[in-house]
Amino acid sequence: MSKQIDIKDLDIFYGDFRAVDGVQMQIKPRSVTAFIGPSGCGKSTVLRTLNRMHEVIPGASVSGEVLMDGNNIYGAGVDPVNVRREVGMVFQRANPFPTMSIKENVLAGVRLNNRRLSKSEADDLTERALRGANLWNEVKDRLNLPGSGLSGGQQQRLCIARAIAVEPEVLLMDEPCSALDPISTLAIEDLINDLKDKYTVVIVTHNMQQAARVSDKTAFFNIAGTGKPGKLIEFNETSSIFSNPDKEETENYISGRFG
Amino acid sequence: MTTADTVVSKPAKLTSKQLPKATPWVVAAASIIAAIVISFIAFGGFNIPVAAVLAGLINLIAVFVLSASYEGRRKAVDRVATTIVTSTFILACVPLVSLLWLTVSKGGAAISGDLLTRTMLGMKGVLDQQYVAGEATLAGGFYHAIVGTVLITVAACIISIPVGVLTAIYLVEYANKNRLGKAITFLVDVMTGIPSIVAGLFAFALFSTVANLIMPASAGIAKTGFTAAVALSVLMIPIVVRNTEEILRLVPMDLREASYALGVPKWKTIVKIVLPTSVSGILSGVTIAIARVIGETAPIMVTAGFAKTLNWNLFSGWMSTLPTFIYDSQLRPVSPGAAALASSERAWAAALVLVVLVMVLNLLARIIAKVLAPKAGR
Repeated sequence: MSKQIDIKDLDIFYGDFRAVDGVQMQIKPRSVTAFIGPSGCGKSTVLRTLNRMHEVIPGASVSGEVLMDGNNIYGAGVDPVNVRREVGMVFQRANPFPTMSIKENVLAGVRLNNRRLSKSEADDLTERALRGANLWNEVKDRLNLPGSGLSGGQQQRLCIARAIAVEPEVLLMDEPCSALDPISTLAIEDLINDLKDKYTVVIVTHNMQQAARVSDKTAFFNIAGTGKPGKLIEFNETSSIFSNPDKEETENYISGRFG
Repeated sequence: MTTADTVVSKPAKLTSKQLPKATPWVVAAASIIAAIVISFIAFGGFNIPVAAVLAGLINLIAVFVLSASYEGRRKAVDRVATTIVTSTFILACVPLVSLLWLTVSKGGAAISGDLLTRTMLGMKGVLDQQYVAGEATLAGGFYHAIVGTVLITVAACIISIPVGVLTAIYLVEYANKNRLGKAITFLVDVMTGIPSIVAGLFAFALFSTVANLIMPASAGIAKTGFTAAVALSVLMIPIVVRNTEEILRLVPMDLREASYALGVPKWKTIVKIVLPTSVSGILSGVTIAIARVIGETAPIMVTAGFAKTLNWNLFSGWMSTLPTFIYDSQLRPVSPGAAALASSERAWAAALVLVVLVMVLNLLARIIAKVLAPKAGR
């Protein structure tokens, strides 16, 4: 279970402002794709269009197509709620639900989507999701304590467990390690490697070593200047992006000469 | 030239002179004594307001002079600022404490179990005259007013809490500052400023119009507890909307997005994530609104009249509440002349009950807020 994503002529707007211009991309199932680029170039914006979270912001709109196994998620009559059940997301800042325990946090997606769970099913799912997120051993003795009591890295892995508990086809990660220490970052990078056996993973990162370590393909976005739309500059195998990029702009960015 | 030569020489000392910790209290006590002495000498007698103002001034000057001469200017200014803030706090407490003291002392002297369980049924001026003459115990009571207060307030809550909370949810979650949202915000602001008597007149006019349509020339039947509850709702709704709106805006957008990203629909996100996160704040806002309207007098007078006896029916007949009972007792005592004292004592006892009721509500709000607040277990 994982899906291929085809992005065709995607333009993204905030009100009248064109934030991202003409993105074309094909993301293969069971792979990790990294989005890199300077701040404000539209990486996160593109990521958020992949599960229709973009339109949560007032005034935001999109033109173009995003095909998920051939179905346009921006087609007429598509319910964004159904899209989001297929495409999970992990945010930059860990955001466990403060009123819920660790276990309730993991089960939140399933329970809130009206699926009744027997106690044994719930226990099973909790363990599976937490093991999947590499957190089970650390929290198995305190599943009923509030999720906000965990450390930052643990909270982020709890959020990943919560996202994979609903068994999405695709997992989007918006700078999941930007607030974490190197050890927690390593734990999450290992996790991403495991996840790619089952899911299509798309990750936004500012850390180029991380992109090089975890991803199969890398997309480099750039922006010509403030007020100009962000553009996809290059999309290729990670190895060739980092060793032998086609575009000079990409080379300049990854070698740290600007941006 | 070595680097050591270029370093600007600074005082090596990190310590400085400090007055002992108890100094402010000693100075304050000394200033109060000095103020009392001065007021005796200069004004020929002890006078609380004069002594208090003098004590404040003397304290301020003494603190500054003492600290400036010993600790230096910066700390002296700090101490003066601390003194001003503390004195202002004490000043703010004066009316509150004296009001509470007056209510407790006067009401406490008059209150008895009989007052709480009896109504004014069959009350005559003779009974009060006997009481004042010392021949009988205080007759009458305000059980009917306690019942009226509770019934009318509960009815007002049933009307205004759902309307207020749902309006706030619309404003925060759905309106996105659209025209309707702006119009509602404006109307809520205007409603906050409505004088309570106008709210009462509005409710009475509304219900007497309806009553006239059903049964001509019978506007009198519009005076019921329910009409009063509607009047109180008009006052309560804007407070509930404002408080709830502020609390809902404090819920981080992150949590809503986390829920949407799990494929949870918007309404369910609001019910299961946003409201539970903010429920303690909403409830304490609601309690503040209740405490605000429970003491209303004017709108009750014009909508529910004054009842002397027990009435459990919100939809028919006049009703009394504690504030209208107090007002009625003071303005129209049962017995004229010296025996009016008895009515006044009943009024103070009722005032004490009202104050206790409001305090219990506030306490309840704090407990609820504490119990329901999201825990940061660690």
